[in-house]
Amino acid sequence: MSHVELRHLSKQFPGVTALDDISFDVKDGEFFVLLGPTGAGKTTTLRVIAGLEHQESGSVLFDGEAVDNLTPSDRDIALVFQQYSLYPTMSVYDNLAFPLRSPLRRKSAEEIRKKVEDTAEKLRISHLLKRKTAHLSGGEMQRVSIGRAIVRSPRVFLMDEPLSNLDAKLREALRIELQHLQKTQGSTTLFVTHDQIEALTMADRIAVLNEGRIIQIGTPEDIYDRPATTFIAQLVGSPRINLYNARREDDTISISDSDVHLPAPRGSKPPSEFLVGIRPENVNPDPKGNFTGQLVLAEPLGVETILHIQSGQRTLLSLVPGITSYHLGDVMKFNIAFEHIHYFGLNGDRLQS
Amino acid sequence: MSTIELRQVEKKFGDLHAVKPLDLTIHDGEFIVLLGPSGCGKTTTLRMISGLEAVSGGTIWLNGRNVTWLHPSERDIAFVFQFYALYPHLTARKNIAFPLQAQGESRETVEKRVNEVVKLLRIEHVLNAHPGQLSGGDQQRVALARALVRRPAAFLMDEPLGALDADFRESMRSEIKRLHVLQHATTVYVTHDQIEAMAMGDRIVVMSEAEIQQIGTPAEVYYDPSNMLVARFIGSPGMNLITGKYADGVVQMAGLENRYAVPQGWQSALKKGLDGGSEIVMGFRPEAAQINDRGKLVGKVYASEMQGSSAVLHLTINENDIIHIRTHRLIPYPIDTLVHFDINPQMIRFFNPKTEAAIKPEVTQ
Repeated sequence: MSHVELRHLSKQFPGVTALDDISFDVKDGEFFVLLGPTGAGKTTTLRVIAGLEHQESGSVLFDGEAVDNLTPSDRDIALVFQQYSLYPTMSVYDNLAFPLRSPLRRKSAEEIRKKVEDTAEKLRISHLLKRKTAHLSGGEMQRVSIGRAIVRSPRVFLMDEPLSNLDAKLREALRIELQHLQKTQGSTTLFVTHDQIEALTMADRIAVLNEGRIIQIGTPEDIYDRPATTFIAQLVGSPRINLYNARREDDTISISDSDVHLPAPRGSKPPSEFLVGIRPENVNPDPKGNFTGQLVLAEPLGVETILHIQSGQRTLLSLVPGITSYHLGDVMKFNIAFEHIHYFGLNGDRLQS
Repeated sequence: MSTIELRQVEKKFGDLHAVKPLDLTIHDGEFIVLLGPSGCGKTTTLRMISGLEAVSGGTIWLNGRNVTWLHPSERDIAFVFQFYALYPHLTARKNIAFPLQAQGESRETVEKRVNEVVKLLRIEHVLNAHPGQLSGGDQQRVALARALVRRPAAFLMDEPLGALDADFRESMRSEIKRLHVLQHATTVYVTHDQIEAMAMGDRIVVMSEAEIQQIGTPAEVYYDPSNMLVARFIGSPGMNLITGKYADGVVQMAGLENRYAVPQGWQSALKKGLDGGSEIVMGFRPEAAQINDRGKLVGKVYASEMQGSSAVLHLTINENDIIHIRTHRLIPYPIDTLVHFDINPQMIRFFNPKTEAAIKPEVTQ
């Protein structure tokens, strides 16, 4: 497996900057996720690494050597896409064996059989080996596609939203399988997604992209606990972070149009006008709470319930464990975990470290 | 004010049952969700209520009136589709007013009702724009306003949020629910998304393979699923289901040396529920397990997932079964670490693997 470096990649499409000075390192054996909305430049970045697109400036290095002049096949990468591209008339076995039968690789039939069987076992598709891929379900097809990528040992895996077309339960199951495979094989993996939960759950590190630029690189904990901008704070986390305009007067912070007044953090004080971000799990109903609001909605999800608590003109989301019955319209007291409040400038950038 | 009642309603296409005979009473002001995977019969059921689909058998009653053979327009029901069709050449205001004008309401009434609904949905600022100039969310709100303005006896909604991206779904979901809380219009809502069903429904009708599997409140379908299908389908991840053998108050699980002494009050229920067999399935929600070094049960780490405010640890307990434990955010355990845990005895459930049905405890615990 390889260590991948991107150095100052830039690329223009007519009228838009697709990639704007993209640089990052993916360590050998790392699961690296590119997260961002549609049009952020994630897929373009992946395609440049694959050699399917060419950058206007900058360089891609595998193990310290530039691969910019290599063709996609000479880069020795494996790609998995959202749309599975399997040979419908071939059996699962033949689909998996296909990359190994390339004359370039010169593998014996016995070697191929062993590899295919190992791979099928890892992906729990051993029972499907004789089936034609046209007769598989969506989840099974995507397992075979992933199998076809991992059956040989490329320098790097490039995956572009491979789980997006699957239903929620299958996505959950494959997420776990992919992570387990990647960790046990130690494969260098670049994974593109727009889904924040996929990024948080699978990544060793995440790069958040928007409009062709990288806005933050960090572990899932870094991204969730210390989002660099309001864009990231809102992109990551479900239910969405409470984000409101606020004012500071001396040592008191007031969320505008609400009854919430908080002590200003010690040390570096925010400016007079700024934004506060409060994750729903940091808004806690408590009969002895400092704040009062009215319960306007409760959404029981199962493991937890989302409460919508109105204070003045603002509605704060609060996440509480389990399903408990609440009476809508009730006045309720709550607390806010001050130490977990996020502060952002009016330009959206994080204020404190 | 309206109550909808389905009595032995069924739909056949040739020999194939799209919906097997079902009974369902939807109370006045209730928000009912029909939940199930595609092809389970939920949309066909909704279309039969609306009159867009004829029943093959049974009767449908609206406020005590048999409407089974009434034309959709005579049923006083508003149908909200997944893709809202707004008139592109009319402004948002005219789109909203259209159904009232078509009914021949006076100008004052139209004005008053449009203003009310516009205020409720907070879309005052878009009224003069044409649909093409609006964001996806505002288009949905305008369409919702157009459905609301008629004040129909009931709303029928077929995956109205299906086409929206995740973020937006969340906010529209709460908006629709909030409107329901304010207006209490009887609503039947179809979705395949269990999170949406849980968040919105007063009661959920879980459907699969053309039949109702369970009707219950979110708490009932979550904590007390009627069978293994519902247990798996509801929750993310779903309920852990472990097969084992039961004898003398102890479940011996397949795989690792896991033995679970069943809580008091279950023993006679299990004897009865298993029909004398010993095969059993034990079920518990991911948050019902607590990691504890002295825990009596053990699994091997397969993967761990940071999910924002919490984390999920996935453990293998035998060759085939992976169980899921929800925990606080944690330092990830390396793969293959042995993790010991206990299960909250209040949250343990049992199923008969032959019938897949839940076994009911005989004594309230």
